[in-house]
Amino acid sequence: MKEKVSDRVGSAFGGETYEQDVIVIGAGGAGLRAAIEARLQGLSVGLICKSLLGKAHTVMAEGGAAAALAYVDNRDSWKVHFRDTLRGGKFLNNYKMALLHAQEAPDRIKELEAWGALFDRTEDGRILQRNFGGHRFPRLAHVGDRTGLEIIRTLQDKAVHLGIDVYMECTITKLLKDGDKISGALGYWRTTGESVLFKAKAIVLATGGFGKAYRVTSNSWEYTGDGHALAYHAGADLIDMEFVQFHPTGMVWPLSVKGILVTEGVRGDGGILKNSKGERFMFRYIPDLYKAETSDTEEEANRWLAGDKSARRPPELLTRDVVAKAIVKEVKEGRGSPHSGVFLDIASRRSAEDIKRKLPGMYQQFKELAGIDITKEPMEVAPTCHYAMGGVRVDAETAAATVPGLFAAGECAGGMHGANRLGGNSLSDLLVFGRRAGLGAAEYAKKLSSQPTVDMGEVQQAQQQMSEPFERSRGETAYKIISDLQEMMETYVGIVREEKELSLAVEKIQQLKKRAQNVCATGDKAYNPGWNYALDLTSLLTVSEAIILAAKERKESRGALTRIDYPNTEEDWGKVNVVIRKKGTEMTVAKEPLSEMPEELKALLQETI
Amino acid sequence: MEKLIFKVYRGDSGKGELKEYQIEVDEGMVVLDAIHKLQATQAPDLACRWNCKAGRCGSCSAEINGFPKLMCMTRIDELPKGNPITVEPMKAFPIIKDLVTDVSWNYEVNKTIPPFTPKPPEPDGTWRMQQKDIDRVQEFRKCIECFLCQDVCHVLRNHNKHSQFIGPRFLIRVASLEMHPLDTVDRRELLKDQFGIGFCNITKCCTEVCPERITITDNAIIPLKERVVDRYYDPLAWLIRQLKRVFKPSAK
Ligand SMILES: Cc1cc2nc3c(=O)[nH]c(=O)nc-3n(C[C@H](O)[C@H](O)[C@H](O)COP(=O)(O)OP(=O)(O)OC[C@H]3O[C@@H](n4cnc5c(N)ncnc54)[C@H](O)[C@@H]3O)c2cc1C
Ligand code: SF4
Ligand code: SF4
Ligand code: FES
Repeated sequence: MKEKVSDRVGSAFGGETYEQDVIVIGAGGAGLRAAIEARLQGLSVGLICKSLLGKAHTVMAEGGAAAALAYVDNRDSWKVHFRDTLRGGKFLNNYKMALLHAQEAPDRIKELEAWGALFDRTEDGRILQRNFGGHRFPRLAHVGDRTGLEIIRTLQDKAVHLGIDVYMECTITKLLKDGDKISGALGYWRTTGESVLFKAKAIVLATGGFGKAYRVTSNSWEYTGDGHALAYHAGADLIDMEFVQFHPTGMVWPLSVKGILVTEGVRGDGGILKNSKGERFMFRYIPDLYKAETSDTEEEANRWLAGDKSARRPPELLTRDVVAKAIVKEVKEGRGSPHSGVFLDIASRRSAEDIKRKLPGMYQQFKELAGIDITKEPMEVAPTCHYAMGGVRVDAETAAATVPGLFAAGECAGGMHGANRLGGNSLSDLLVFGRRAGLGAAEYAKKLSSQPTVDMGEVQQAQQQMSEPFERSRGETAYKIISDLQEMMETYVGIVREEKELSLAVEKIQQLKKRAQNVCATGDKAYNPGWNYALDLTSLLTVSEAIILAAKERKESRGALTRIDYPNTEEDWGKVNVVIRKKGTEMTVAKEPLSEMPEELKALLQETI
Repeated sequence: MEKLIFKVYRGDSGKGELKEYQIEVDEGMVVLDAIHKLQATQAPDLACRWNCKAGRCGSCSAEINGFPKLMCMTRIDELPKGNPITVEPMKAFPIIKDLVTDVSWNYEVNKTIPPFTPKPPEPDGTWRMQQKDIDRVQEFRKCIECFLCQDVCHVLRNHNKHSQFIGPRFLIRVASLEMHPLDTVDRRELLKDQFGIGFCNITKCCTEVCPERITITDNAIIPLKERVVDRYYDPLAWLIRQLKRVFKPSAK
């Protein structure tokens, strides 16, 4: 139960204190699923989020959740899903995670149905599945283009009725430890600005990604990489930070909507990409790995759209890294659309009625924000920063991080997606590993012989740091520094990278860190975004530095990492993760081997299906 | 680029006022962009909620020129020219600060609705459902919890019946459960008593403001009222039924 114990702590700490067995930081799909599982194990659970409940990124997910239910194409199975995920991740995935994910995703989706979710249906009354990039068969359970909303609402209602304590509009700024073990977390209420202390036996991080490190992004203000930074400063390892996913299709015009996502479901349902010459250019960008399974003529691609199962998939459904790079190249070579994107056309492929039924959100979004009717005209699209493959290094079975008592799931965990995530594999990831993290945390908490103690000195120091922006009379606002950081990341650490620019970025990030020491806030603490951003800025700087150092370390191109000075994919680099770790106050970079995959799984990867 | 005058509510539950700002607006900007610009350049501590900037999360509700709207879906060039643009917080909830209101009441209401309770699955552990049987419930489940319908409903806004009436948002939540093909719980007694469905006199203001275009009244509230009438007596619903019979004699 939620227990307020502020009086016990006395004068050392002025704010409220709560004590729970398990604290989950983040209330998106991963956090909610983790909280539900830990609660079902009989423990007291607290769930913390920066926004109101139900507003996390998960609510924005559009296209669907990947699970080899094989309802639409019975050739599908966990084996093919596993294969597709590894191929999409350019074989850098934590194979144990990819395996558990492929095997357990169908049960997690069925479980949502048992909790009230209503996915779109097939003719015979089962869950309908749609095509998506890199998935060999139609695999995404979906509800039009608002799948995330269905999932988060279902989990939210389940959680609320299980007696989980929810702490909304509360930002965690520090993880606390007792020796090497997790003992709690410190944060503040956004509504009042007052500090709040959570004591816990185990903590699950489910804070999502860090797309706000870039200017053009599909991500919201929440995505400042807090969980990554919290874990890093608590001594946990981060992996794969060099892999940042740029989604091929973000809106480009008007400027104010630049970066807003256009779901891959548009291409899954038949949409095609064209350049300014009217060419369907993706035929020119089919990588060897996918040649055997991709149409090489428009005629074959059209048969696929008409439902011919012997036809191969159209090249627009190649993986995101491939499509994003192709778009960048088309634009660079002068074949872009008026606003430096390319055209995405569904109007000529599907009836207006179909489009409005399967993609109602996209229809409204373009109509209201861009004044474009997508049932009649093509959309203009270009890549937008979308997803963090990199994250907290975890154990596949339990989601345990490298710090005892700390667990991580969802976008803030690393390993599952390797060098590039397949669309639809995030929502299923949240469910599979959210559940495992909840279970892992509950088991750990149960085994703990005594409640870890919180070091009040550490708490006071962290509390003091939170107030510092108000104590500086002169300095810059967080808005300015964040905006410069975003521009720097986009210029030097964007879709295409090279040593010279990455070295410059290393210098620039040091300058930005200096400026951040002087960041100031005005007004008072109550619901003050200027102050909140000043605190979020610290996380953004930490993750940005990690991205830069990891990208500099990996001297090859693979998946989402394109280095023009090392354009090839190297076998040796396919055997190691780049690991970011804090030593003293320094950020260090190391290469560590991936675990060896059993032969029978290796064989699956080579199969042509 | 042109300079426009915005009047934005600044203050807290104690006191506040409309403060005037001049903002340069670009082509295609929405009201939320203007607020963000204000924060970055003139008012760093201006409080507002937002997340998706695409009408999907329901965070950025406000009253723009007096109309309840999502700030992220309201284009500035579609507002009447010449007059200042006013941006105020929702009126049916207590103000926390500036454009942010205390909507916690809604979360409390949600807890009181008995949860989804499915009938037993088929032997393979799953259920079969036809698309046409779930279309209606899917419509209700589009709700992004922006609470604009709660804001505009006079029962809450003017008559403050928060303790007796759950409001349109939660009536559609109940409808989504009652009409769910798998659900087995009967919530009609609650609808009539605790949930106060009788307070709704079908003004349809809620349907008009819903950014998700959910036909709250016709598709959810009226059918719920009819279901309640099946067990209890509600004069207004009874009247509607009679009228329907008169105008559509063939309808059952
Ligand atoms: C527009 C869009 C469309 C997408 N479509 C799809 C799709 O179709 N299919 C798919 O598989 N994936 C999709 N994705 C990706 C997917 O939605 C996300 O990766 C996923 O929802 C992340 O879930 P999560 O649970 O890890 O985190 P989130 O849902 O982002 O939740 C993070 C939570 O952590 C909280 N938090 C963060 N920092 C703190 C802190 N310091 N203190 C307290 N709380 C904190 C936040 O408040 C939030 O509650 C899409 C993403 C976007 C942006
Ligand atoms: S129709 Fe009923 S619920 Fe909707 S605004 Fe009018 S009184 Fe309120
Ligand atoms: S029903 Fe419509 S107006 Fe009401 S909360 Fe839901 S989305 Fe908003
Ligand atoms: S910001 Fe999400 S609805 Fe406006």
